[in-house]
Amino acid sequence: MFPGAGRGHGSKALPDRRLRCLAWQTGVAVSAILVAWYLASNAAGNLLDLGVASGFDFLLREAGFEIGESTFLSYNAADTYLRALSVGFLNTVRVASLAIVLSTLLGTYVGLARLSNNWLLAKLAAAYVETIRNVPLVVQLFFIYVLITENLPPPGEALNPIAGVFLSNRGIAFPILALGTPVRLDYPHLSGFDFTGGGSLSPEFATLLLGLAFYTAAFIAEIVRAGLLAVERGQLEAGYSSGLPHAQVMRFIVVPQALRAIVPPLTSQYLNCTKNSSLAVAIGYPDLVSIANTTINQTGQAIEGFTIIIVVYLAISLTTSGVMNWYNRRFALRGNRP
Amino acid sequence: MLRMILALSAVALAFFHTVTVHAQATARAVTKKGFVQCGVSTGLAGFSQPDSKGEWRGIDVDLCRALAAALFGDARKVRYTPLTAQQRFTALQSGEIDILSRNTSWTIARDAGLGINFVGVNYYDGQGFMVPKKRNIKTATQLNGAAVCVQPGTTTELNLADYFRAKTMKFKPVVIEKLEEVLNAYFAGRCDVYTTDVSGLIAARASRATKAADHVILPEVISKEPLGPAVRHGDDHWFDLVKWSLFAMIDAEELGLTSNNIQQQAKNANPVVQRFAGASGEFGKMLGADRRWAYNIIKQVGSYGESFDRNLTPLGVDRGFNKLWNQGGLMYAPPLR
Repeated sequence: MFPGAGRGHGSKALPDRRLRCLAWQTGVAVSAILVAWYLASNAAGNLLDLGVASGFDFLLREAGFEIGESTFLSYNAADTYLRALSVGFLNTVRVASLAIVLSTLLGTYVGLARLSNNWLLAKLAAAYVETIRNVPLVVQLFFIYVLITENLPPPGEALNPIAGVFLSNRGIAFPILALGTPVRLDYPHLSGFDFTGGGSLSPEFATLLLGLAFYTAAFIAEIVRAGLLAVERGQLEAGYSSGLPHAQVMRFIVVPQALRAIVPPLTSQYLNCTKNSSLAVAIGYPDLVSIANTTINQTGQAIEGFTIIIVVYLAISLTTSGVMNWYNRRFALRGNRP
Repeated sequence: MLRMILALSAVALAFFHTVTVHAQATARAVTKKGFVQCGVSTGLAGFSQPDSKGEWRGIDVDLCRALAAALFGDARKVRYTPLTAQQRFTALQSGEIDILSRNTSWTIARDAGLGINFVGVNYYDGQGFMVPKKRNIKTATQLNGAAVCVQPGTTTELNLADYFRAKTMKFKPVVIEKLEEVLNAYFAGRCDVYTTDVSGLIAARASRATKAADHVILPEVISKEPLGPAVRHGDDHWFDLVKWSLFAMIDAEELGLTSNNIQQQAKNANPVVQRFAGASGEFGKMLGADRRWAYNIIKQVGSYGESFDRNLTPLGVDRGFNKLWNQGGLMYAPPLR
């Protein structure tokens, strides 16, 4: 609408347009609901015709299978599918959140290294980014997994680089603080097939964590580099000419402005990292998708299983982007961009 | 990824298609497209695995070929869909495949809960354990605390948990989806034990170990695993056709009929053989197939015994339970009459 283009028409057209918009939106909403209803009822009808069970009742039935690792929840084969899926969910959260932290640290460092005046460092960083970014993640996972399982000795001949730390093809076993009085260190020791006591990380977890961290870091490095380069050179020069040392120019002038460019694409990388953790199934880490797959196969309820996977990933992703958007808004408000 | 796409497309199929199940629908559709779409494994020696020329071989493959021979008079009219343990039932339910012939254990949960019907048994198996010989393990009761390599979505995974629970022993499962990768993990020493059906253990040992004698299969067989083909619910005619293709192979062995002698034997005056070869009786018509359906199966694919000898015997698999009923085994097919 042109401002002031005939008030008489405008006052008349405006309710019309609002009405049209409302009609359109109602129309879209109603057809979306109808399509969803049609799909759901058709699927339910087909399943009924085929004699396939449906519904979420299976969640409270006994799962009957074991899970390799469960950190936060105790689990055994007599527990329910719901608990098994919860273990998978927590395993996903565990590996994804650690991978996000590691990849952010590594990615920032590599991004800075690419901008370094040190020729060798800059080239090494560039080589890292180009290699990792251009090889499929699942191939990298298999590669790391083979490196770990083929190269490390069996538990009986475990490497012992530091007292109490054992590296073998069963993973890494290390001492942990045992709470109690007095507080003491709980050391792992070999008993039977494997180490018991202390803490441990499985080869599958280590593979997935390293793979995700390396892979995501390569993308984050580019985002960090782009963000830093986006800060006008004049800003730096102004900083230096007002006598600030390099560190302060970076901290007070460059980084706050770069972060505005960095945070939104960084959010997508965090989401990708979480979603990529579903490649766990290839190397045998019991994440949500792996457990849900087993559940689908044991119960035959594929639609319900996939619905659970979709809803959980959606919830994780929306939470992640919610937090990141909040962080981004804080930064956007603080700066005073011309 | 492929697994995901297949499973999702199956889910999509359930959403969009109206599944029509009425008499003879499957056979008609198969005849129209000109081949049987056969769901097989992603590669299990002796059961279903492509050979060096890329042709699928194995006793599960032979069953699909027998079906094509009965339906088309040509055992080559089969196309194969390799499926992981997890994809298989969805692929069958959604109509991606016409028959699932993929070393699949017949259980009540599957037969009654998944909308599929098991047709019969083409291999009586049981779950066992394999360990490296140098570990000096003699019995499964010594496995407390072991790391066990296993494929997901199988009865194997459940039997394993049941067995260790019953013995109040602990174990750490290493659950890897692809057979290739789970075997890599075992042979690299990531696990102390590999568990699957004994036939699978033998096949893995024969085809993958650097030296087969370095691995021993423990004496305990912890489950019954009757392996056999399955079809979708609701098409009894197709169910019959698959069932009798299997029975014809077993009956042929009992009658002493083979791919080499059936042409000769068809001239035999023995009425049982006459019925089998289609010279008398209307069995082909009842099944909606050619009158020489059974003759074609044996001529082109062979009897159950021939299939076994061709595919499993070279791997070192003993007939064991899979001998004919009159030779002390469990293989027993209803008569063709």
